[in-house]
This record gives sequence, C-alpha cells and structure tokens, in this order.
Amino acid sequence: MKLGRYKRELSVLLAYVGLLVVVGVIAPSFFGAANLRDLALNNAPTLLVAIGMTMVILAGEIDISIGSQFAVCSVAAGMLAKVGVPIPMLLVAVVVIGAMMGALNGLLVGWLRLPSIIVTLAMLVAWRDTLRWATAGAWVQDLPPNFQWFGLGQGVGQWLIVIIALLLLVAFAWLLRNVRAGRAIYAVGSDAEAARLAGLQPRRIVFGVFVMMGAFVGLAALLNAVRFSSIPGNSGSGLELKAIAAVVVGGTAITGGRGRLLGTLIGVALLGTIGTALTFLGINPFWEKAIQGLIILAALVADVAMRRVDRRTRQNLAPQSEAAQ
Amino acid sequence: MTDTLLLQATNISKSYAGVHALRSASFELRAGEVHALIGENGAGKSTLIKVITGAVSADDGTLELNAQAITNNSPRMAKSLGIAAIYQQPAMFPELSVAENIALGMEGTGTWRRIDWTARRRRAQELLDRIGARIDPEMDAGELSMPQQQLVEIARALGADAKVLILDEPTASLSEEDAQNLFKVIRQLRDQGVGLIYISHRLEELPWIADRVTVLRDGQTIETHPMAEVDRPRLIQLMVGRELSAVFPKHEVQPGEVVLELRGVASRAAGLKDVSLSVRAGEIVGLAGLVGAGRTELAHLIFGITPADAGEILMRGKPIKIMDPSQAIERGIAYVPEDRRRHGVILDLATSANITLASLRKVSNFGALDLGRERTVAADYVRRLGIKTPSIFSPAATLSGGNQQKVALSRWLATKPSVLILDEPTQGIDVGAKAEIHQLMNDLAAQGVAIVMISSELPEILGMSDRIAVMCGGRMVQTLDRADATQQKIMELAFGQVPVNGSGASAPTVMMDR
Repeated sequence: MKLGRYKRELSVLLAYVGLLVVVGVIAPSFFGAANLRDLALNNAPTLLVAIGMTMVILAGEIDISIGSQFAVCSVAAGMLAKVGVPIPMLLVAVVVIGAMMGALNGLLVGWLRLPSIIVTLAMLVAWRDTLRWATAGAWVQDLPPNFQWFGLGQGVGQWLIVIIALLLLVAFAWLLRNVRAGRAIYAVGSDAEAARLAGLQPRRIVFGVFVMMGAFVGLAALLNAVRFSSIPGNSGSGLELKAIAAVVVGGTAITGGRGRLLGTLIGVALLGTIGTALTFLGINPFWEKAIQGLIILAALVADVAMRRVDRRTRQNLAPQSEAAQ
Repeated sequence: MTDTLLLQATNISKSYAGVHALRSASFELRAGEVHALIGENGAGKSTLIKVITGAVSADDGTLELNAQAITNNSPRMAKSLGIAAIYQQPAMFPELSVAENIALGMEGTGTWRRIDWTARRRRAQELLDRIGARIDPEMDAGELSMPQQQLVEIARALGADAKVLILDEPTASLSEEDAQNLFKVIRQLRDQGVGLIYISHRLEELPWIADRVTVLRDGQTIETHPMAEVDRPRLIQLMVGRELSAVFPKHEVQPGEVVLELRGVASRAAGLKDVSLSVRAGEIVGLAGLVGAGRTELAHLIFGITPADAGEILMRGKPIKIMDPSQAIERGIAYVPEDRRRHGVILDLATSANITLASLRKVSNFGALDLGRERTVAADYVRRLGIKTPSIFSPAATLSGGNQQKVALSRWLATKPSVLILDEPTQGIDVGAKAEIHQLMNDLAAQGVAIVMISSELPEILGMSDRIAVMCGGRMVQTLDRADATQQKIMELAFGQVPVNGSGASAPTVMMDR
C-alpha cells in the first residue's frame, strides 16, 4: 500500500538493478572495489548539481545555464587557490559565486517573470563566453599542492567527496519534506497562482531555488576541480543535460510539483553507470549517449502512461464518492 | 418584423454532471426581429446559446432552422448554416489587418490557394459599408477600439452570410454613444431580415432595441412577450418569480463589534469605485449582484490580490494596508475562491498538505514541519467536514467537487480567520454538501467569525445573510437588512438604475428613430 506511492522510483530502481544484474553476470569484474569507487566519485558532482536541479524543476522552472556556471566556478576556484586562499574560505567563496549567479537567474525569472528557459539559455551563452574572454581559453594550471584532494590525499579525499554528496542528498530530501519552504516549492511548482492565493510567495520561492541551484553548482565545481591537476576552461559543458535527464528519469515531473530526491539519486546512478557498464560488456561506449536518450524517452513515456492509468482510476472513483454523499 | 419563423428550439434540456442547466427550454426567433433573452446569473442563457451555436450538444430537444431539423450540431455546422455569435470581448487576431480578420474562414481553404489581396480588401470594404462602419480595412485589428472591433466582428459574421446573429452582452463595456451606434447597426440588420438574439443585463436598453423578450429562470423559458407589453418591474418579477422553497438553517447570532470596514475603496485595475462595507463579528453579509458587478473583484481587493488604490480598509477600527494575500492572512482574513479547481486547492498536493497550506506556521516548530501534528489537524478537518477521501494523503485531484470545496474551506478554517470571504461557496456542488457548508457557516458565525458570502443564487443570499449588500457596475448600490430584502428588490438594485442625466437624455430621440 505504502509502496504504491513510490512506484515511479521503484520502476527506475528495477531498471537499474536489471542493468547491474546483466553486467554482473557477463562481467563480474564490474563489481571490483576500485571500479565502484570510481563510479561513485565520477557521479558525485552530477549528483550535487542534480539535487539543485530537482528543486528548480519541482518549482516549475528549469536552469540550463549550470554548465557555464560550473565552468566559472571551477576556474574561480583554481585561481583563488593559486593566490593562496585557504581551503575553507575557498569553499565559501566558490559557493557564494555560484549562488550569486543563481540569484541573477532568480531575479530575472522570479521578479521580472521572464521564462526561465530563455533567461538561463542567455546565461548559458553569456557566462561561457565571458569566461572564454577572461581566460583566453587557457587552462588553470600549476595548482598548489594542498588544493588537490584538499591536501588530504586521494584515499581520504575521494571518500570525502562522495560522503559530502550523499549527506547533502539525505539532508535536502529531509528538508523538502519537512520544512515549510520545501512544501512551498511543491505548491508553487504545481500551481503558482493557487499558491499565491494560499499566502505563499512564489517569487521568493523561485528566487530561492535558483540561488540554491547556483550554490550546489559552486560546491560541485570545487569538489570536481580538486580531483585534477589542472582545470580546463570548458569544464561542465553538457552538465545541464546530464542533471535534467537524471531528474526526469528519477520521476520528477518536468512540469513541476511532483517528484522526490530519492528518484533523482537513482536517476543519476542509472545514467552515470551506463557508460562504464557498456565498456565492461564489451560494447562500443559510443552507444552511451544513444542509450541514455532512450532511457529518458522511456521515462517520459512511463510518466504519461502512469498518469493516464491514474486518471482512469480517478474517473472511476470520483462519481462513486460523489454518489456516496 | 416578418412572421417567418427562422430558428426554433424546442424542449431543450442539458445538464452538467447532474446539475440541470436547461430544463425543457423552448425558444423561437423570427427573421427580421431582435429577440432579447434575459435572466439571472445561471438562468441558462449561456447554455442555450451554446446549444444553438453547437458549442455543446443538448441532452434532449430539437433545434430547427427554417423548419429543417439540425442534427449533430457543431460549431462548424452552425457556422455553415449561418448562425454566428458575438461575445462581449471581441475575438480578433490583433496582429492581422481588419480585412484579414474579416476574410478568416470565409475564403476557400485549399492549401495552395493563392490569396487575392485586392478582392479581400474590396470584400471587407463592402461589408463594413453595409453596416455603416467607417473603418480602414488595412488597419491592424489590434489598433481598433473595442466598439470598432465589435463592428468588424459583425462584418465578419455578415461575410459568412449569417442569418442568425447572437449578441451576448454587446454593450456591457460600451459608452452610451457607442451603444447607440451599435443599435443603429442592429436595426439595419434586422431590416435586412437577419434574426438577432440579444442578451443583455441592461434592462433599460431593451425597449429601444428589442421586438420581443424571453425570460429564462432556473433553466426554463418562463414567458415570451412583445417588448412593448412588458415593463421593467414585470421583467424582474418574471426573472425572480420562483417560490422560496429551500429551507436554510439560518441561526440568529447577536452580531458583535465591526471587524472589517471598507471606506470608499476603489481600484482602477479591478474596476471598483467608491465601495463601502462593514462586517461585524458573527454576521453573514451576502454580496449580491450580476456577473461582472465587481463582487469577486471586491473580494480580491480585500484579500490583497489586486490591492486598493484609494480609500481605507479598517480592521477592528484600525486602518490597515493589504498589498498581498500573505498580509491579508496575517491580519486574519481568509478567502475561499470561486474556481476551486483552479485556485481553491492544489491538485498535485495531498489532501493533508492542502488543508495546512495556509497555516503551515501552526503545524511547525522553528520552520520544521511537524508531520504528525499535520496529520492530526488534517484528519480532524476531514472528520469534522465529512470530507470523503480514500486517505488524507490522496492528491486533491482525486476528490469530487464538493469534497474539494470542503478541503478549500478547511484550509482557511485552519488559519482561524476572523473574516471569512466565501466566493460562490456552493456553486456546482450537490445538495447534501451544500447543506453541510451552510451549516458550517452558521457554526462559524456563532463562533464570532465575520463572513462575507458572494452568491449568485438569490435564495441562498436571502436564506443565509443577515444583511445583503448589492453591487452593480463596480459600485456598492445599497445594503439591505434581512427583514427588508426580497428577490425583487435585490434584482431591481442589481440591474441598476436607468441612467438619470446625460446618457439617458438620448432615449426619446432613439425611440423616435425606431
């Protein structure tokens, strides 16, 4: 009975388990500790960004500028590290930079009522080209030794990244369910005008989710940057598609108002595993994108189908409950 | 007027989800007459028009045009038969020229058909000339004034060879002068043999324009008369002449202090002018008026959806400013909107979340929701209001209309309001749920809540209100005490007064004009 509420998440989980079983049977080496650790590490930044994206989409908006925000934050992190900013301050600075870029989106969408897809499309181009002009396309290199893995070494550093991502997922899943603002995100995404009539402030909510989105991008950029010895100026390109795909595959309605972070976690895992799984299965990894596309389509079709079924049972129910009066 | 019967609707019935909109209504239209169709809000005028234009199909009854039965009526079919309707708000494509707007749907529809721009312009000019409209066919329709757009619509209908022309409140937003011009065009069309159905809330203009009048009440056509034989009081009597059979569980409550007072509030955006009103604790004030009189707009003003730009709002004698619904809620004002599916509940949210949405503070500690307490509160309202739902976690979308309305009510009761505004609280819900909501209103009044109830249903207004405030054209016309109010009196006020000076002075000339 209770599981019924999670059927959307369960169906994605089932697909994921199916994939793992197939890979496990054909190529058991997939489950080697090193491979699993790499998978978790590679997908941690995506997961962080997807947490923010889930909230943006739940609120009925979209942010396609995050790839460029990610690049700005990554380069900023590298440059700040090079001038000797200590790690804790660096962390705060990068998160604030991300949040400020998010706040700009939030102001334009929430207060000026501009459509988020256009605003963030403009920002996608604007931040990317501003960065290219500022860095002249150069990578940030010669990072100080204490920047990589926060100076903790790869062994500790990599687990720290994964743990931070998972902790934040759990925290935000709890917050979405248990604080007033979380409830308001669902209400605004479902029907902003009705939410306003209930005394909520849709503008603030929309502003808030974009700021959170930016903050998550900043954090993800930093946690990603410390894994490498140099930072490319084009990092994060295509990140928006990865994040949106994971959120949608995880069962969050693209129209807002319905969805959960648990689904997003499974979505990130499923889409993030496919590439590696293909390699282990001996299939050309060039198929990765095509298969990801198919999964996204399948998720949307499943959504529509489930809504139809829901509506049908609803129609069968409603006259009865009316008659019962 | 000829005696040729043009359109005949016989014993038309139509019900929406068990609610009868039309019960065996009959209506006839002759060629070359203007036939007025009048009735209160919800009397069935719109539904009858929709049946004639094919927008909805009747459950029962027949429709004949020139003694030929119309079967399987549809908007397309009605149009091809020469039935056209023009509504209060003209439906134009503002980016297209007048000629293009007129040509739409008239020219051949072959995909590759070349457009003959000259012929199109000439045709538009002819049609505009025929109704005496001095409008340049090359202009963009969006640049025209509203009365000009109406004329273009009439020209378009003529171009489609309309034999039956339905005008739905065409003068509602026209000045006196524009209305007179429109009447001239209507008379011309009548003289050319077009049959016109004329719907209007402005009873005073009917003697000038209508040949016959049919009164609708509660979905039935009551009587049809030559316009010259009935006067305004008689028409109103026919419109409201029902028996007051329904029993309302009204309890007498000794009203307390004045909780909410409006002093001369106005809002340009909402079309409200100089509205004053006061509501006492424990009092139910009924807000009566026709659709468009400004009742919902007044509710929106009080609730901060469209804030007032003049006048004063006082809460327990202290002036307050309400710029936003959240401020209204903080002051203890609650508003249950009219369109519950659209605004009353949030369909995706669980029943419990809908109930607590406006009072989340009351179920949280330091910003964190107490989900256990939320469940208790929601379950309590579900029990008290008898909300039928599979579970308190079921999305509101799964509930029936009456139950959604109870959820919407619960949401606002949970805020413990001192002023409760109900906008058509029982519209379209079944009799049982209706009685329960009325009972609930009594209980709330007994607890000292000040209630403002907007209703288009006169028996409900008369049955439930301590005082009745009547609005017309964005103004507060008069407030009646329960003891003095009758259906006739309320409708007299709601239909407004015949214009006294200036605009009304033109009446005699027009009468001669006929």
